Amino acid sequence: MSGVRVLVGTRKGAFILTSDGTRDRWDVNGPHFGGWEMYHLKGSPADPNRLYASQTSGWFGQVMQRSNDGGKTWEAVGNKFVYDGVPGTHQWYDGTPHPWEFKRVWHLEPSLTDPDTVYAGVEDAAMFRTTDGGQTWHELKGLREHGSGKFWQPGAGGLGLHTILIDPTNPRRIFIAISAAGAFRTDDGGETWRPINKGLVSAQIPNPTAEVGHCVHRLALHKSRPDTLFMQKHWDVMRSDNGGDQWRDVGGNLPTDFGFVIDVHAHEPETIYVVPIKSDSEHYPPEGKLRVYRSRTGGNDGNDWEALTKGLPQQDCYVNVLRDAMAVDALDKCGIYFGTTGGQVYASADAGDTWNAIVRDLPAVLSVEVQTLK
Amino acid sequence: MIRVVLPAHLRTLARVDGEVVIQIEGQATQRAVLDALEARYPVLQGTIRDYGTLKRRPYLRFFACEEDWSHEAPDAPLPASVAAGTEPFLVVGAMAGG
Repeated sequence: MSGVRVLVGTRKGAFILTSDGTRDRWDVNGPHFGGWEMYHLKGSPADPNRLYASQTSGWFGQVMQRSNDGGKTWEAVGNKFVYDGVPGTHQWYDGTPHPWEFKRVWHLEPSLTDPDTVYAGVEDAAMFRTTDGGQTWHELKGLREHGSGKFWQPGAGGLGLHTILIDPTNPRRIFIAISAAGAFRTDDGGETWRPINKGLVSAQIPNPTAEVGHCVHRLALHKSRPDTLFMQKHWDVMRSDNGGDQWRDVGGNLPTDFGFVIDVHAHEPETIYVVPIKSDSEHYPPEGKLRVYRSRTGGNDGNDWEALTKGLPQQDCYVNVLRDAMAVDALDKCGIYFGTTGGQVYASADAGDTWNAIVRDLPAVLSVEVQTLK
Repeated sequence: MIRVVLPAHLRTLARVDGEVVIQIEGQATQRAVLDALEARYPVLQGTIRDYGTLKRRPYLRFFACEEDWSHEAPDAPLPASVAAGTEPFLVVGAMAGG
């Protein structure tokens, strides 16, 4: 029978939630690495029992963990992340030059075909890759050195590379996003990169339509249509139908188009989900109501965003949902999952129509990933 | 023989209980102690000192004989009682909250 494994990273440890295909009852296992910030955990699509985790701490720095048995046991692997060459400077919050300094790994993206190959998005923004199961990590410096790096500036959470999407039809094409630099694409496996931010408008930078400097919060794609990308930006929900070459606003009738997460239904490439957040200074849902919004036209309709509220708190709710904290399973019906800074992980086993908290009172949730198990 | 006291999280990471005992050759200095510690427990590389610069991480401190050694030169000789193993060398997490 099929099952689901949900990998939850929090401010104070990692948790693994499991259920059978009904998704009615959940076992909670953890905390793993209690006391550490677990920015992200993700399993290999090629070997679901191979998991990788980013374990970090203000005191002790970066540690990388790997499991070969679905999270029952873990082993520390290589944690040496050194920029290739002299890293130079990016911009500080006030626009002054600031030296590049490695701080932590924000996001891990295992190869679609090789369990030993993983991409890591780090702060200060750069992309690293391992091809030996995490023992050694090497920077793909073409991203940081492609020319615009000196203009990148940190978002409120730091200068993090937080999104990595591998084109399932062409693994040499990879999309990434950085707060606050924008979205970038490689078509040659990471050797060379170019910004893909045309159509983005950001009032927070001197030139609102600049090539870089946009605070992209998250990208998503459906595996059947890798040229169609969806973006939750600092403000604005955006869509591209040509691999990021051009973007357009599809926020339509959302109550606010600020937010962090965005994801796509596993079986319906035009059904997308966001969690609107009131503003960049408030970081909680409008009106104290936690609502997921769904569009069945990929935002194209403009006014078909519908609020999904059944089972979600509709008063006095002031949590946030961070950028890596939404995921979907591949069961039928598609399951949608997200975690909050209040420590709840909500799940819907019917594509968003109804929701339940499958665990409450965890530390603040940083990331949620889902594995659909055979 | 040199005794080293690690913070709880680093003991967990290194999979040790209590104090760690290491052997070093030559003069007992902070650098020699940390080099030997990392050689015996490679998982601690990068968690006490930054890769490359080998500088102490900002939120860690080094104590010995009730004195703060955090800002002493890495090659300064440690107290004789630490070198003799009668007093431990302590790696301590700063009281930074969190």
